[in-house]
Amino acid sequence: MSAVEYEPVIGLEIHIQLATATKMFCGCALSFGEPPNTRTCPVCLGLPGSLPVANARAVHFGLMIGLALDSELAPRSIFHRKNYFYPDLPKGYQISQYDLPLCRGGQLGEVRIHRVHLEEDAAKLVHVGASGRIHGSDASIVDFNRGGTPLAEIVTEPDLRSAEAAGEWLRLLRTTIRVLGVSDVNMEEGSLRCDANISLRPIGSEQLGVKTELKNMNSFRFIERGIRAELTRQEKILRDGGRVEQETLHFDPASERITSLRSKEEAHDYRYFPEPDLVPVAIDAAMLDAARAALPELPAARDARFEREIGLSADSAHLLAFRAELGDYFEAALAAAVDPAPHAQTLANWITGDLLARLPDGQDPEESLVRPGALALLVGLADAKRVSVGAARQVLDRMVAEGGDPAAIVEAEGLAAMDGDDELAAIVAAALAANPEAAENVRAGNAKAIGPIVGHVMRETKGRADGGAVTQLVHEQLGV
Amino acid sequence: MSPPGIIDLSAAQAVAEIEAGRLSAAEIFAFYRRRAADEARELNCFTWLASDLPGNSGSQAPLRGVPLAVKDLFCTQGVPSQSGSLILKDYRPPYTATVIEKLTSAGAPLLAKTNQDEFAMGSSNENSAFGPVLNPWNHTRVPGGSSGGSAAAVAAGLVPWALGTDTGGSIRQPAALCGIVGLKPTYGSVSRYGMIAFASSLDQAGPLTRNVTDAALLLRHMVGCDDRDATSLVFPEEIRLPTAVDLKGVTLGVPQELERPGAQLAGAEIQPSVRASFENALKLAERLGATIKTVQLPHAPHALSAYYVLAPAEASSNLARFDGVRYGHRAEGAEDLLDLYTRTRHDGFGPEVKRRIMLGTYALSAGYYDAYYGSAQRVRTKIAEDFKAAFEKVDFIVTPTSATVAFELGEKTSDPWSMYLSDYFTVPMSLAGIPAISIPSGLSEAGDGEGAADLPIGFQIAGPVFSENRLLDAAHALEAAIGFDGSEAWV
Repeated sequence: MSAVEYEPVIGLEIHIQLATATKMFCGCALSFGEPPNTRTCPVCLGLPGSLPVANARAVHFGLMIGLALDSELAPRSIFHRKNYFYPDLPKGYQISQYDLPLCRGGQLGEVRIHRVHLEEDAAKLVHVGASGRIHGSDASIVDFNRGGTPLAEIVTEPDLRSAEAAGEWLRLLRTTIRVLGVSDVNMEEGSLRCDANISLRPIGSEQLGVKTELKNMNSFRFIERGIRAELTRQEKILRDGGRVEQETLHFDPASERITSLRSKEEAHDYRYFPEPDLVPVAIDAAMLDAARAALPELPAARDARFEREIGLSADSAHLLAFRAELGDYFEAALAAAVDPAPHAQTLANWITGDLLARLPDGQDPEESLVRPGALALLVGLADAKRVSVGAARQVLDRMVAEGGDPAAIVEAEGLAAMDGDDELAAIVAAALAANPEAAENVRAGNAKAIGPIVGHVMRETKGRADGGAVTQLVHEQLGV
Repeated sequence: MSPPGIIDLSAAQAVAEIEAGRLSAAEIFAFYRRRAADEARELNCFTWLASDLPGNSGSQAPLRGVPLAVKDLFCTQGVPSQSGSLILKDYRPPYTATVIEKLTSAGAPLLAKTNQDEFAMGSSNENSAFGPVLNPWNHTRVPGGSSGGSAAAVAAGLVPWALGTDTGGSIRQPAALCGIVGLKPTYGSVSRYGMIAFASSLDQAGPLTRNVTDAALLLRHMVGCDDRDATSLVFPEEIRLPTAVDLKGVTLGVPQELERPGAQLAGAEIQPSVRASFENALKLAERLGATIKTVQLPHAPHALSAYYVLAPAEASSNLARFDGVRYGHRAEGAEDLLDLYTRTRHDGFGPEVKRRIMLGTYALSAGYYDAYYGSAQRVRTKIAEDFKAAFEKVDFIVTPTSATVAFELGEKTSDPWSMYLSDYFTVPMSLAGIPAISIPSGLSEAGDGEGAADLPIGFQIAGPVFSENRLLDAAHALEAAIGFDGSEAWV
């Protein structure tokens, strides 16, 4: 009798801060690190007598997300009040959506979408004291700048089967949202937040196991580690013959420990009821048309186009499509290319290889000093063998540091490929003379022995010599 | 014009006098400021009095500086806005309610804030944290509520006119008990922005005035769609000053169910004087050319039950923000967060508010929502449909505003249900969102129990959504025929 094998069943709940100009239900500008409580008004402070008014732009963004996720858009959706007491919630309720959300169903990649709804973000609690955490703090103070920021909550069906798959899918979602331009989707800054519903079941079983909810993991790394840790914890419980309790959990990335936030019995009764201060959100044809018109090409479609129409390798197409900023840079460079134009695949390789390697981690190449058109020209010159690859790399160093036009740099630095065979031949002859042992070995048939000779030539020519031409001259002069 | 004559002017007449240069905004403000200050302690109508006429009195604006008293729950920047509650004692908001801004810029400067039932929950003004208001007609009796301070102040001639709010009858019932005019407009026609909420889907601001013309004049400058209130509506026409002198071609409907409420009104039968005054008003209406018909509002008897689910449900959520964290009362020495919440709310809220928070919380709880909140919503829809059907047959529906005249202070405080019955005739219109006005139809006679004579009786007229102009015209014609003299209550 073989041991039972368990299968993870994972669903995600993702909160995305929408990049509207103003908050969800008032006219306050969104806050990006302003001094505490400077982006507030009677509405987002929940002062007596104030009333919410729904942000039309947030609804528009919500519809764009719904379209991108292939959801069904509700012609009429309503806001509900989710009632609970907490100091980061100034009204004593959060305005959210309940049984009539903006979008229902849908699919992204291999994962089905359950729903997408709009709500308002809570304020930020700052715990004063050594630990910075609520336990043991001297006091907690509230910064209402974030309170009322529009959120889209995306809930998936439990279609994910591993921590890695969850991380991978979340990256796809992030890119999709980013290309929509509706959010910064930055986990570290909290504009993308993810909770995971996690359970195990025996492989082959149709029935879902008891799930736990792992809260608010604030980086991709932690999400995968947190889910793995929880899967391990649940598997141990099941193997020991125990039962998983339905509860809400917190993952501490420092200690890898999972602690309980509240049990099922302690779950809130949120007393949802329709928000009487707001009218239903009625979606008309004009709003739908506007959302459709605002929809850019989505990563999956771009991936296919890069491969099919531009002829990139599958890996390059995928990378450029799913890192939208690289794809944008690639397309900008292609569009700006002049004679000599680079090969698309070579250009893609330069962007994902040489250029990225020279930029600080995470920097968008668009924000670097290397203009897309300049990179296209540099790669074009290399492709046309008007500069050697080595020289082109030196030019790129300069461009990353100072910007500028590659042709001018090549000219100023004298880095043009050596076209006079006589000059190169003389340098090759000198290199052979300087490396008699290596020359002898090459002559004897050891191809790898050419290294020191080529290196000598490259040093002498400051990398301007074409590697192929040098090899050819070596062979000619040695008579092999 | 000599100062003693100012009291005899209605607000609309005062506007005309200032316009004609025979009276100044400063004079009328000072006159009422003095009267209000002198009498404030006696009736306990006010929670705050302006010390000076504001710099910009608005004497060039349409209302010419005729000053206004407003219910405590309207937010007024820098001025206490406490909604009759200890939990908001001395709370001074950083902004002003839209309707107050509109009226100030229309030329009605703020003279006073008026006492009220705590968070507008009550029918006698006995639930105020700042003490009960006395009825100017008889100081042992209640003025009605929750806009009791506004009604008593207007009836006593301490202010020319006042604003109240009506959730289930809180303008109309105190207007009736104090012998003045009170109008609850169509839901959505006046912005709720800056009104400290009781029940959001029902709350509506409206005028309390000496006569129908004043109500029309004030309402004209109150209505209008407000970007800050998502439920506010564009009023489809200007509010006109009423001119009708007869009711020719007008059909009034008397609801069978409200006329003979039977068991629903057990313990609160329509008092004989109220019934007599109502029937007398119907006779006068017929004499003015009106046709009287009986109409059916089959679901109206359930209105009070539905109301006492829906309004507390909304209130339980609306009042959650009073937690001691940001403003208002905060309990000292709390041990932890929960302790802060419970002690702040325990000390800050009065018993009626606590009762409704508990009722509402229960009604919204998991497992009970559909049985209570859901059913009540369905009843509300049915009631609105009843009115719609009735208005196919009649122009207006008429009832007594209150089954009784003003009752004794303390008479109903120990029996919440009997207090709730005070709103029996006014709640159905609130649930339907339709406009309704109460005008004085006469005084009670001896026979309703000791001390019940010479107390005002209200006659309620309700019309379809946005029928305010027609409603005011009908009320104006009937008002003239009734010829009620409220000056007896002036102090």
